[in-house]
Amino acid sequence: MSEYILLLIGTVLVNNFVLVQFLGLCPFMGVSNKLETAVGMSAATTFVLTLSSVASYVVYTFLLVPLSLTYLKTISFILVIAFMVQFTEMLVRKTSPLLYRVLGIFLPLITTNCAVLGVALLNISRQNSLLESFLYGFGAALGFSLVLVLFAAMRERINLADVPKPFQGAAIGLISAGIMSLAFMGFSGLVAG
Amino acid sequence: MISAVLTLLLLAAIFGGLLGFAAIRFKPEGNPIVDDIDNLLPQTQCGQCGHPGCRPYATAIAAGEAINKCPPGGEATISALADLLDVEALPLDAEHGVEAIRTVAVIREAECIGCTKCIQACPVDAILGAAKLMHTVIAAECTGCDLCVEPCPVDCIDMVPVATTLRAWHVDKPGALIATDKPPAPNASHKSAA
Amino acid sequence: MIGSQYIKLVDTGSIPGGIHPEQHKIESNSSPITTLPLPTTLWLPLAMHLGTPAETTVQIGDRVLKGELIAAAKGLVSANIHAPTSGTIQAIEPHAFAHESGFVQPAIALDSDGLDQWRMLEPWSDWRSRGIEAVIERIRLGGVTGLGGAGFPTDVKYRNSQAVIHTLLINAAECEPYITADDRLMRERADDILRGATICQWLLGAKTILIGIEDNKPEAIAAFRAAAEQLQVPIELAIVPTKYPSGGEKQLIQLVLGAEVPQGGLPSDLGIVCQNVGTLAQVYRTVELDEPLISRVTTVTGAAVSQPGNYQVLIGTPIEVLLAHAGVQMAKADRVIMGGPMMGFVVPDLLAPVVKSTNCLLVPTKKELPPALPDNPCIRCGLCEQACPVSLLPQQMLWSAKNRQLDSALLHSLNDCIECGACAYVCPSRIPLVQYYRYAKGEIRQENEENVSAERARVRFENRQKRLDREQVEKEAKRQSRAAAAAKALAAKTAAEGKAGSETNALIAATLERVAAKKIATNTGPVGLSLSELAAVAQASQEKFAKAAGRLTEAETNAPEMVAALKKATGKLEEKYLSSEAAYQTALAAVEIAAADTPKS
Repeated sequence: MSEYILLLIGTVLVNNFVLVQFLGLCPFMGVSNKLETAVGMSAATTFVLTLSSVASYVVYTFLLVPLSLTYLKTISFILVIAFMVQFTEMLVRKTSPLLYRVLGIFLPLITTNCAVLGVALLNISRQNSLLESFLYGFGAALGFSLVLVLFAAMRERINLADVPKPFQGAAIGLISAGIMSLAFMGFSGLVAG
Repeated sequence: MISAVLTLLLLAAIFGGLLGFAAIRFKPEGNPIVDDIDNLLPQTQCGQCGHPGCRPYATAIAAGEAINKCPPGGEATISALADLLDVEALPLDAEHGVEAIRTVAVIREAECIGCTKCIQACPVDAILGAAKLMHTVIAAECTGCDLCVEPCPVDCIDMVPVATTLRAWHVDKPGALIATDKPPAPNASHKSAA
Repeated sequence: MIGSQYIKLVDTGSIPGGIHPEQHKIESNSSPITTLPLPTTLWLPLAMHLGTPAETTVQIGDRVLKGELIAAAKGLVSANIHAPTSGTIQAIEPHAFAHESGFVQPAIALDSDGLDQWRMLEPWSDWRSRGIEAVIERIRLGGVTGLGGAGFPTDVKYRNSQAVIHTLLINAAECEPYITADDRLMRERADDILRGATICQWLLGAKTILIGIEDNKPEAIAAFRAAAEQLQVPIELAIVPTKYPSGGEKQLIQLVLGAEVPQGGLPSDLGIVCQNVGTLAQVYRTVELDEPLISRVTTVTGAAVSQPGNYQVLIGTPIEVLLAHAGVQMAKADRVIMGGPMMGFVVPDLLAPVVKSTNCLLVPTKKELPPALPDNPCIRCGLCEQACPVSLLPQQMLWSAKNRQLDSALLHSLNDCIECGACAYVCPSRIPLVQYYRYAKGEIRQENEENVSAERARVRFENRQKRLDREQVEKEAKRQSRAAAAAKALAAKTAAEGKAGSETNALIAATLERVAAKKIATNTGPVGLSLSELAAVAQASQEKFAKAAGRLTEAETNAPEMVAALKKATGKLEEKYLSSEAAYQTALAAVEIAAADTPKS
């Protein structure tokens, strides 16, 4: 039990996918202008990440390994992720057309989010079990959401402030993200591995 | 080799089937975003955006049209739309008109011949009158779209700017100087208001 | 004094934030209130109170007596206006008005005749026996509004039958620097104030009269004690430490009763009604002595004033007259502020009159209140948040207001800001914070109004569309039914024809003859109108055309700007006349031909 909790803390804080492992930076910078959009994006990514983490594990363990086709894992995982994202897109379009409109291109871009494929591949390299895969994916998504929401809230305030002209927009955003990343380094060593 | 291809085909088939099923199950109906956009437009129904009314323009925006075509809405509407749709707030497209001061139509009653052409033209039924009877504009309902000026055969309609009243006045955003530090103007020219 | 049964000292709490600016009370509170000599002309603006402007009840040339009604309150939240002295109504026109915008406002000009003659007065020493409704109505008839600075019609506060009020809170704090009108009033007329408080307490059915007063007014406190003893009115005294803005209504309530008025609520929600000392003194004079609100105590102070002090001023006295009397040296004066240094505004035109809410005229020199230097960017020190008496976040409201993010501003409780100016006072960057908040509040109000009218326009537009669609459908339906009826008739006719045979042919011929004869008999023309009707139409359009032509020639000499329009109209009428004349001629010719062709039966 405790090892699962440690796994979760490790993924959310210590080895945060965005600020420590620097994966998934594209939606992190692109969707963080407004807090509401960021929350919507976090929800969508969590859904996709968790499910594709589990689905990838299932496909790998019950299809690729028995057929000795493990070299197909990258392309199969991409198939899984693309399916998940398409499904999520339809779901979002149905439930919240405004969010769909506002997220725009970033919703299908979850397919190319390196964090999602990264989680799927890392599950294999770390030899996680099914439950561990689920927790790993969920933890990664949680960490992503946490950081995205924090960053969006900060960026909303920065946008209203007197930022010098050369720094306005993405420049000050990236500098702030760098400082946040420094802060998250403080967690290192908290959980082994 | 062949097993690899077949495996991938199998995966693709399964996912494709599931997606097809999902596409039918989660088909979206209507377009509620159009309502949200329409609520932000000023409802003058003037047609300056190139669409016959505010709702058609809202529908066009939902389909991807530019948000900077509404002169009566002006900058405030453009920023509100930009906020809602998370797009960039472009400056008003000069091709469709400039943001002018709010006006209302006033009929010069001495010249009115009672032809009802302006009544038929008004998109919000703000003109009171009947055939061969006096026509007059209900100022409170007039949106200033000026669609009535053209059809009038005797050209008796003026667009008069709406004066700010004391109740409606408010201070401007501060520039470098605080408002209370403006020098007083004893016996100077009077600014008029209702 | 020890253990007085009429005076009870109560403990006070505290309010967050607040500032301690230099008080500058000593300049004007050391001399008694003096009355201004009668001015020659008085201007009474119709909109000098909160709510709907009053409506004039007199005409130019009318002679009025002192205290006579000259403008009547309109609606529930409004106030009467009375003649401050006897004289003649000289004008009713837009005149300078003391407001930041500099707009002129409709006002009644009264030329005083120097006699200062009162109208008939009807004192009520037995006001208790008159009934609550009657006393409230008398307050309204007297045009009593709040004299603390806002100008809210006083009678409205007593018409709330839902609320149960336990305390009448007398606002004697006068926390703003420089202003001493209430202080002198309390020292000299504490008994009037308590008499007024007794009336209001009776109206409300309140248990307690609680006076909230700052500790920098020991003489006023002593005056209240003496008056309470003399009149035998039990009062509770809450002496609060001197701090700005403890005199704000909500702040005083929090200070003396420890209760916070809920957001968007009123003090009556907590069972409290708050009144200014000046208002209460006026309530006494109106209810017992039948004197309407026609004069008030105004402080004139500042380094540019040679005789600073408090003056009993008639409402409507031009500000320049008051300033001249107080010995203002206009050369030294930098500006004239109505109100205090924290919440006042610069008077745009000194011809503007003193109104019911003018509690102070501050005339500083440049050295005393230097003009503001340009502001610097916000350094996020947070001093503004520490100074705010309402525990708001002025810095966040600044960002929201500056970038016109009105939703964000509302989220930070912009509507709870009392615009006291404490935040701007402490800001090290000298940012004009209150101006930003007032701008944002104005924009929000304007947007709300625009949304309401846009919604109305949309509803009207949609109804119009529905109406047009409905008319279209009805027209279509009618056309269908007419076509169906015609088809049916035709079918019936052909069926009948098929049965009839040659007999029918004779019948048909006879019918045709009858129709032709009828035609001649009624002189039916081709358009369906009878000849006489066509003639009438032609005649009428000829007359119209002739009239229009006449107007055109007249306009060519008298009103050249109308010529173009009239030419257009005349041209159209001419066409109409010619076509109706042609129709008549054609019909006439057709009838003659028909008459010539009719078979003789």
